[in-house]
Amino acid sequence: MIEILMEPFKYEFMVRSTITAIASGTMLSILGPFAINRNMGFMADAMAHATLPIIAIGVFLGFSISELGVPAAILIAFFLGYIIKNSNVGEDTAIGIIFSSFFALGFVLISILNVTINLEDLLFGQILAVSRFDVYIVVSMCIAVVFLIVLFFKQLLFYSFDPIGAEVKGLNTNFLNYLFLVVLSVAIVASLQTVGIILVLSMLLIPAAASKQITDNFVSSIYISIIFGIISSFSGLYLSYFYNLPSGPTMSLVATGIFIVCFFVSKLKKVKIQ
Amino acid sequence: MKTTEDKLLDDTAIIVSDGCCVQLGTTPALDDVTFRINKGKKVAVVGPNGGGKSTLFNAMAGLVPIVNGSLKINGLSPLEAKGSISYVPQRDLINRNFPLSVKQVVEMGLISKKSLNLFSRNKINSKIKEALENVGLPEKINENINNLSGGQFQRVLIARGLAQDADILLLDEAFSAVDVGAQEDIMSLISDINLDGKTILVATHDLNNLEDKFDEVLCLNRHCCAYGDPSEVLTKEVIEEMYGSHYDMFKYHTSESHRQNDD
Repeated sequence: MIEILMEPFKYEFMVRSTITAIASGTMLSILGPFAINRNMGFMADAMAHATLPIIAIGVFLGFSISELGVPAAILIAFFLGYIIKNSNVGEDTAIGIIFSSFFALGFVLISILNVTINLEDLLFGQILAVSRFDVYIVVSMCIAVVFLIVLFFKQLLFYSFDPIGAEVKGLNTNFLNYLFLVVLSVAIVASLQTVGIILVLSMLLIPAAASKQITDNFVSSIYISIIFGIISSFSGLYLSYFYNLPSGPTMSLVATGIFIVCFFVSKLKKVKIQ
Repeated sequence: MKTTEDKLLDDTAIIVSDGCCVQLGTTPALDDVTFRINKGKKVAVVGPNGGGKSTLFNAMAGLVPIVNGSLKINGLSPLEAKGSISYVPQRDLINRNFPLSVKQVVEMGLISKKSLNLFSRNKINSKIKEALENVGLPEKINENINNLSGGQFQRVLIARGLAQDADILLLDEAFSAVDVGAQEDIMSLISDINLDGKTILVATHDLNNLEDKFDEVLCLNRHCCAYGDPSEVLTKEVIEEMYGSHYDMFKYHTSESHRQNDD
């Protein structure tokens, strides 16, 4: 039995994939509770889609997606942050315009530049193809994201809860705003190979939403979200190996399954209390 | 050269506005506003919607620029004085989605600009406890903020300001979106609270019994209509200057009306 369970790890590509999946799951799910409580789902989706033209140009110039990760993430975070702050059309509309136009631009560039990109891999992830270099990049990004969130946790929480109060208190809210956008963007770009542009949102939001069902303490919700994120990534990858399923969508579905269980547990708890 | 009287005023004045002008877009929101608030006073800021109450608070907090005149907090510009003010904004500007405990919110008053907090855990806990006792909510320390009433939530935000040890507490529309009971609750807190030398400014539409609850009242309608003891400055002329044709709604709040009732 144990031999069967350990079978996937006989292959180096599965070890690499597992490490990458856990790193992606950790960094996305530590940011998830902030993202869902700040209603930033749409923003995160736009960040993921806005990567397409950068990836197209980068691949055309001979870079890999991993090499493009950090610069692309910083560029997207600052661009989105600036446009949203300075446009007068409203946040949702500004994000919608960037989201759709960047995605469209990406497809047009792929066609014009004649870049060889497997679109299905990009949209839904292809974790089994990660190289040793990709693993180093994703794990480094995960460490950086976790470190920055831990270091600035209280300031980010204050700013997210009461931005005006935080600014009056003397916190550098502009820095905190861009710090969170950059960190979120880094986590999203780093996870593109794991779950892809379309499904990255599920790994960001679903573990956090599931944890919110079972705890009303923000700090606990982060810990639980990380646990759910890791379970979803690991077991999704595992299931995809044994049942020959696409890995990204399987991880996403496991996360959804966890959310459904938590949703009913929370309902049951409420009924019991009444 | 400063006279003795000037020195005395400088020592006791904490907010000095001298011809302060603020513009929002192309619209003047505050025009030539002049007043001087002394340390330790409880001040009501009254005026019509759009009269500049929130803009004045924003200017004090350094959130909007002053285009003309000056506004000094403890002798410093609002930007230099950041940190010496605690601001309780209008309720809809706070994100209550976050499942936070009362303790976590009050602790925000103790967060430093740098990433690491220099206070020890014991000191933080005792400051939080002290602030919550001051607002009458020590037993709610571990309660989720979403389980609090509107009035209790405002008390928690006031406790955050007290924990911060700010010299000035600004409460912007503290009574909006709370029921009458909660309004009374916050008002009685403001009357009873031990400010320990702190100055508190409360923007309010309620002109009822201001003289019982506040030391002074600042009447704003883009300019300063009057500033001083509520029982003296809320005259028919001042209320007319603030509310114009709606004077009738407020005529029973004038100083004259209060004096007649007392007789």
